[in-house]
Amino acid sequence: MRRHRPEVLRTPVGIVGVTLLTVLVLLAVLAPLLWGDRATATNTGNMLAGPSPEHWAGTDNLGRDILFRTLVATRLSLVLTLVATTLGVGLGLLLGLAPLLLPQRLGRLVVAFVNVLLGFPSLLMVLFLAVILGVSTTSALLAIGIAIAPPFARLVHALGAGVTERDFVAAARIAGVPPARIMVRHVLPNVAEPLVVNATVTASSVLLAFGGLSFLGIGVQAPQYDWGRLMQDGLAIIYDNPLAALAPGIAFVLTGLAFNLTGEAAAGTFGAKSRSRMRWPAPASPRPGTRDDADLAADRDGLVLDVRDLAVTFPGPDGPIPPVRGVSIALRAGEAVGVVGESGSGKSMTALAVAQLVEEPGRVTAERLAFCATDLRSGRRAAHDALLGTSLAVVFQDPMTSLNPVLRVGTQLGEAARRHQGLTRRQASARAADRLRAVHLAEPERRLRQYPHEFSGGMRQRAMIAMGLMGTPRLIVADEPTTALDMTVQRQVLDVLQEVRREHGTALLLISHDVSVVSSVCDRVLVMYAGRIVEDLPSADLHTQARHPYTRALIGAVPDMTTDLDAPLATIAGQPVDPRHVPDGCAFAARCPLVTDRCRQEEPTLQAGPVGAVACWHVDDPIPAETEEVAVG
Amino acid sequence: MSRLDFEDVTVRYGHHTVLDGVSLSVPAHQIMGLVGESGSGKSTLARAAVGLAPLASGRVLLDGQPVRHQGRRRPIQMVFQDPFSSLDPRMSIGRSIAEALPERLRRAPQRAEIARLLELVHLDPGRAADSPGRLSGGQRQRVAIARALAGRPDVVLADEITSALDVSVQGAILNLVREMQRETGLTVLFISHNLAVVRYVATHVAVMAGGRIVEQGPTAEVFSGPASDYTRELLASIPGPAGGDVRQRSPESGANHDN
Repeated sequence: MRRHRPEVLRTPVGIVGVTLLTVLVLLAVLAPLLWGDRATATNTGNMLAGPSPEHWAGTDNLGRDILFRTLVATRLSLVLTLVATTLGVGLGLLLGLAPLLLPQRLGRLVVAFVNVLLGFPSLLMVLFLAVILGVSTTSALLAIGIAIAPPFARLVHALGAGVTERDFVAAARIAGVPPARIMVRHVLPNVAEPLVVNATVTASSVLLAFGGLSFLGIGVQAPQYDWGRLMQDGLAIIYDNPLAALAPGIAFVLTGLAFNLTGEAAAGTFGAKSRSRMRWPAPASPRPGTRDDADLAADRDGLVLDVRDLAVTFPGPDGPIPPVRGVSIALRAGEAVGVVGESGSGKSMTALAVAQLVEEPGRVTAERLAFCATDLRSGRRAAHDALLGTSLAVVFQDPMTSLNPVLRVGTQLGEAARRHQGLTRRQASARAADRLRAVHLAEPERRLRQYPHEFSGGMRQRAMIAMGLMGTPRLIVADEPTTALDMTVQRQVLDVLQEVRREHGTALLLISHDVSVVSSVCDRVLVMYAGRIVEDLPSADLHTQARHPYTRALIGAVPDMTTDLDAPLATIAGQPVDPRHVPDGCAFAARCPLVTDRCRQEEPTLQAGPVGAVACWHVDDPIPAETEEVAVG
Repeated sequence: MSRLDFEDVTVRYGHHTVLDGVSLSVPAHQIMGLVGESGSGKSTLARAAVGLAPLASGRVLLDGQPVRHQGRRRPIQMVFQDPFSSLDPRMSIGRSIAEALPERLRRAPQRAEIARLLELVHLDPGRAADSPGRLSGGQRQRVAIARALAGRPDVVLADEITSALDVSVQGAILNLVREMQRETGLTVLFISHNLAVVRYVATHVAVMAGGRIVEQGPTAEVFSGPASDYTRELLASIPGPAGGDVRQRSPESGANHDN
């Protein structure tokens, strides 16, 4: 939490809140010392006087200075607020954590008890308890403390339950750490931030509640006085001297503000962090020209997808972050191209950019970005949507999040067809059933009436492909379509994709981290590293003809059913490149066994070779035998 | 010896039977692979062994003795799938490892022990004070392995420990598991849905489906001559040229096995 603290002071709200809070604490400490005597000094000769140079806020019915009394009362008001809040928070912690520590049945009882308490409005609880416990400062403290405990307990329980389900708590249990210590060591630190924020905000309502009780005469009793009491005293003479009631009122407002603003600022820093500090470089790079359109036009006929020098950039705290840096892909009808790479290599971002799905604030630039001979960089967005809606299908990794859980599968399948192809509801439904049959889902009519949760993962993924097939797609972009699926289901989904390709001549851009998936489906494989394509080769040659050291290591690192059991697997030393700090020269240099000075200075470009293209200065050098395992991974 | 036996283990959540009378013997000082699809009960079996899943019936035995789930020393340790969730983000990796040490040590010996464990998993001992947030996924998984080893267990359960990692890191972790097992003679139950990974690390394999064990035996035998249809189906669904090879090869090598 330490690293968040300065952040609180970075927003105007935070600065105001913390400053107010500091002033109040100083007042609470110093005021009784400096002005304690003057606040209690009675002067029967000057009772109920209005504001004057000697008494800025006038005097009360015993001639005591109201301003000084308000200032001195800061201590009692704050102390009572803090004690009551601490009491409530402590009780809330106990009640909230108890269900996580107690045996299940007893724990449920505690939860039920808290839920019943939550049913009562807290103000009602406070009044009820204050009356029952008797009229004194202590009973008021208890009343408020008890009343604010249930909502806090609920919060603690909900947050704590979330943390106890995580694996590190399970690991601690397996290691034999006692439950109470798990709570203190693992659960509480991980829920502290929202609890602190909530406690701050609770404090301001406690302040008000205490003031209210004192005002009603069941809180602080004379001769003690807090702002609530002062307010009550002042109210009696409000027509003669409004400041008598207003002074403590202003104190309430300022203190409440101090708590709320500080809490608000703290909540802001704990949540979405430093959103405002992302920045773009001043001038955006000029859009590249289309110089070679004419001479290469002939070669481009029949390309479903033609992407040249595609780049995607996001704004970051230290300048733009480029997850994709100059990728060119050309896809013919019926062709399947796979993109492989580690996470962070930019492969998914490339897929999103092709499908025009990069969200703000990301920016997509390209020398050429054409789909079915339509330039997607210019022209009307609506026209593009119609084209993409009918001719492009996108399949994502997680089929659960890409289907709307509250709509029937049939409705979702029919939506695009009705919108883009102008089908009636009946026609759309018939087509949807036909398409589900095409992806080998049994009983398609019944399936259409079901909701996504009634489908298994593999069925959902096939439904997503069926959705793409509602039109006659020229291109399917599939981003890790089988990663979340079981092996046998993965086979079915890949088979369906192959079938679609064969029957409709649909091109396929398949993104995957799994080299074996890509090579079993695709004609060509593009290997991406740090936002660039480093090798492009036929998938049949992947295991024998790969020339880039990264490709070779990537293949060697994954065991298949023919891997030599006696040799260690290949490893790639070091970390993938952080897109925020792309080095000069070859991005793979830091992890490459063949690295030379040239690699660190000059970035190799993709050069065509006998079976593909590769971007490396040392394509034909043998990789030195691995001496020992590297201590990073 | 440190043989782990599951005897007729049944686990139910409500009316849902997750494990249905599973009997499995994990041979001592070997790596046994446990394969199966999601929902087949693989993870529940592991969780039952460490007391995280309640047994409706049956027993889990370590060398013939029921496994205890109380006290400081726990003979069975577990490594989890997601290295981003299995380390407390508020704790330095050194403290996470220290927590799993079976006895309380003084400062200097404790630091030495943590350094030894970090070196064992090929991490720089100087990083003991780092928080998990500064480590990559593969490094975190190494810390999780070090933590499991800190408890000086007889048996380690590895639950899909490479499936949340990048392929480039997976190889290093698999190498580490094999090396670790060779050096310490641990008994390991290695759970994975990836048959090629299991083939590489495990000497024995058990195949689970629908909360039951459908087949078990030495890895080479099971994969070359699968006895159950389900195992055959699993082997046939391996993508890529290697999967095809297995399909062509299996009848022949199966015949060899019968001889």
